[in-house]
Amino acid sequence: MRRGLSTAMAAVLVGGLAVACGDGDDDKGGSDSGPVELTVDVFGEPGYDALYKQYEQSHPNVKIKQRKVSTLDEYKPRIQQWMATGSGAGDVVMLEEGILPLYMQQKAKFLNLFDYGGKNLEKNFLPWKWQAGLTPDGKQLIGLGTDVGPLAMCYRTDLFKKAGLPTDRTEVGKLWPTWDAFLSTGQKFQEKVPGSKWLDGPTAVFRATVLQNAGSGAGYSFFDKSDNLVFDSNPAVKQAFDTSLKFETSKLTSDMSIFTPPWQTALKRDTFATLPCPSWMLGGIEEFSGSAGKGKWDVATTPGGSGYWGGSWLAVPKQTKHAKAAAELAEYLTSPEGQVGAFKAANVFPSSPQAAQDPAVAGAKSAYFNDAPIGQIFGQLVAAVKPVHLGPKNEDVRAAVENVLISVGQGKQKPDQAWTKSVDEAKKAAR
Amino acid sequence: MTTDLRPGRNGPPTASPAPAPPGPRPTWRARLARLDVKGAPYAFISPFYLVFLVFGAFPLVYTLWVSLHDWELASGTREFVGLDNYDYLLSDADFWHATVNTLGIFVLSTGPQLVLALLIANTLNRRMRLPTMFRIGMVAPLVTSTAAVAIVFTQMFDKDWGMINWAIGLVGIDPIHWSSSRGWSWAAIAMMVDWRWTGYNALIYLAAMQAIPKDLYEAAAIDGASRLRQFWQITVPMLRPTIIFTVIISTIGGLQLFTEPVLFSVGTPNKMDGGPMHQFQTITMYMYDNAFGHDRYGYGATVAWALFVMIIVFSLINFLAVRRTGGTK
Repeated sequence: MRRGLSTAMAAVLVGGLAVACGDGDDDKGGSDSGPVELTVDVFGEPGYDALYKQYEQSHPNVKIKQRKVSTLDEYKPRIQQWMATGSGAGDVVMLEEGILPLYMQQKAKFLNLFDYGGKNLEKNFLPWKWQAGLTPDGKQLIGLGTDVGPLAMCYRTDLFKKAGLPTDRTEVGKLWPTWDAFLSTGQKFQEKVPGSKWLDGPTAVFRATVLQNAGSGAGYSFFDKSDNLVFDSNPAVKQAFDTSLKFETSKLTSDMSIFTPPWQTALKRDTFATLPCPSWMLGGIEEFSGSAGKGKWDVATTPGGSGYWGGSWLAVPKQTKHAKAAAELAEYLTSPEGQVGAFKAANVFPSSPQAAQDPAVAGAKSAYFNDAPIGQIFGQLVAAVKPVHLGPKNEDVRAAVENVLISVGQGKQKPDQAWTKSVDEAKKAAR
Repeated sequence: MTTDLRPGRNGPPTASPAPAPPGPRPTWRARLARLDVKGAPYAFISPFYLVFLVFGAFPLVYTLWVSLHDWELASGTREFVGLDNYDYLLSDADFWHATVNTLGIFVLSTGPQLVLALLIANTLNRRMRLPTMFRIGMVAPLVTSTAAVAIVFTQMFDKDWGMINWAIGLVGIDPIHWSSSRGWSWAAIAMMVDWRWTGYNALIYLAAMQAIPKDLYEAAAIDGASRLRQFWQITVPMLRPTIIFTVIISTIGGLQLFTEPVLFSVGTPNKMDGGPMHQFQTITMYMYDNAFGHDRYGYGATVAWALFVMIIVFSLINFLAVRRTGGTK
């Protein structure tokens, strides 16, 4: 009961001490001769286990330890404390697209990977992915791209069959060229299968449409390129909000947020029929639906053309004791062969064009998803991705607005006031 | 009640350690002995104060210092802004929303909890079989981990698959959406708190009850006072200092409620939200969310200080209120 305050107090204390004495012990030398233990901090499932083993075999003096938390929301406060106190962070840390802009502001706390052979790596990455890992002046390479999240739509073939909808993935993709078509298909579906909802929740639709609209429009969403909040003036945002709200007012969603416990339970049941699927979501479905879900899910294209959602970078905090070894490991994990390995293990789609063309990726089929040719599907989608600028408080704004959308579905927020409320919440979150 | 707990005064108080030795000046040895007598008590109690200084007083003052800044851990901003954070706090609707939530849960949990604890203690104080077993049973909820309790309760309160909605469904009541309604979510969290702390308070009351002299009850019984009357006119007044103690401890704990509502937040990806409408976000959750979730470390410290002041004020109010209602003395 009282642990909250004392934890905060302890954090304050530690913070104070570390600010006072944290900067002195950068050991840039990083001798590679002795045995070295490297810690890698990740969230979700990056699919690195086999790569670590391989790396340890080729580098007998290196031992790798992975610290994994299941969601980004759990990961955020941890890395924030490590970076602020100057200790505790892993030698290699994963930075998701939503938090990378935040840490760009503290570039002095990360190694410049240009000093560790990063100069020659540019060809390994999609141009926009490479660019996002650089500081705005282009002088410091902070992060090396891991995966990108080209967006598809996952659907339940068994529930579609029940509703008399086609189940073949090309036919299904043709059902919804636009989000409006997707909505009316959902209404037809729920008439036939009243026990199930069409979508998991409003949040994934909102994320997907914001990024789609912003990508094809101004190239930014909640924040313009100078990081000013433009939530209420950017038509891309309003349009996405209205699209998502329509799904809530039509009662087509289960009002859930991804990766929360109710969502995980729902995946094991027939709670909803479709789920917007960035490539990494396939791993999540497989994990939470379990063996019972095998063959029930399939992958089609997403309404509204291409899109993406998520993707990360690997960075090396300056507080590492083994700078050189850590940088080498980050480079290995993000190399084309590393990305192929990660895709094989967890379906995280490579940000490296070479890796995407590798037969192991391009020709990949997923047995779990009815042998869907996921390499081909996501490969086509990734080529059409248009990057969107994200501000440092992007995640805070997004989460606040998602909460408003969910409470509309729960009947706690009037739909006609939802936009005003969202603008308020966005302003508070961006403060 | 005026129980004097000071040691009895047998003889005159010890004026000075010993008559000064008959030398012109006190020897080194004698000075040391005096220092020992005078200083030793302070030395013996010093560990607490030293630990408090490092882990209590310093963080308190340091938090105050942080709260005067626009201080962000992730982005690295650190700028002195004086009382700006406090100014914002006073008109911060989210903070006051969290305060109302905290007080609501506090009232819903503490009231029933202390009354129930008193009744349980009174029952346990009677002659019964296996008294030790029942008394130890009281603390069983306390030794289970809060996280485990919260997870089990959260599953019981689930809207679709929870045991409680199933049970009330048997008697024909519609399922309650525990986590999305403000009032019901408070009730659910209050139940978790009570399950854990009622036994603890009951044991404290029981210990105090056993210190009440038996002859008071005997005299009352001879005068024809009923059991109920004995309870209200002997037990409760005699327990007043203990009740004040438990009320203050419950206030301090209740205003800092954190683990239970955090673990009850299964519907939002950010567990510090306390539901999509922040319907059960407590002050400590709001503090944590600001400091570590939204990168407003300075403002988080401001909330921490506001909470600190609030706890002192509420403890005082409770203390005065309980003292006044407890009797005329």
